[in-house]
Amino acid sequence: MRGTAAQPPVVLWLSSRYANIELAEALLGQICRERGLTAEAEHWIGMALREGLANAIRHGNRQDPRKRVLVTFTWDDTALTIEVGDEGEGFGPEEIVDPLAPENQMKTSGRGIFYMKTFMDEVAFSRGESGGTLLTLRKKLGATSTTKGAVAS
Amino acid sequence: MSKTVSTRDVGDIKVVELHGKITIGSGDLQMREGIHAALAAGARKILVDMKDVSTIDSSGVGELVGCYTTATHRGAKLKLMNLPPKISDVLTVTQLITVFDVFTDEKDAVASFA
Repeated sequence: MRGTAAQPPVVLWLSSRYANIELAEALLGQICRERGLTAEAEHWIGMALREGLANAIRHGNRQDPRKRVLVTFTWDDTALTIEVGDEGEGFGPEEIVDPLAPENQMKTSGRGIFYMKTFMDEVAFSRGESGGTLLTLRKKLGATSTTKGAVAS
Repeated sequence: MSKTVSTRDVGDIKVVELHGKITIGSGDLQMREGIHAALAAGARKILVDMKDVSTIDSSGVGELVGCYTTATHRGAKLKLMNLPPKISDVLTVTQLITVFDVFTDEKDAVASFA
């Protein structure tokens, strides 16, 4: 699967059930292994994907199984990009809280986006073509991708 | 499917052993139910053994924080032991590692409750 050109995307449509997170993570694992990423890198990218999917299912689609989550994986020699789109009402950056702030430290929620930003190189939110939120996660590949621990980065 | 939570007693300490994924929709809720059951049964010293935890996500972390707060409010102590490196990393980046008493050795953890 190694090559210079971008690979065709791999696309998943998932109903809004938490159990489906496992399916997406399994597919990510396959892509990471074929791409030659370490188990360490796969773990942290997988965690970011889990957080993105959990947000799409819980906050975006309100766990309505009739609503779908679109997951798109694309990659080339430089980066792996994952897009997670939901069919919800959209999401405002003002909703993001700082989990490191003392007043938030003992809250039971609000850490998902922080983890995504910690473990990925780029995290962006935009409006999807048909409404909802489109999350883009990007992890740079290359010389450091197989050795760099996400936490250390 | 193997159980996510099992318990054992060491003196008056309830050791709650977690297994597998502590993630949204499954392991997170089972962990909460296990710890809350221990509290409801009267346990006031709870030691959460995370040796066999493979993954924890923000939902699992949130439930762990919630259990800690609930335990504290009920006059109980909740401590952690045997954190795998990846689990420790997840708690470290959010600075929660400083909130919990964390042990690498069960004897030390048990002694800390005295």
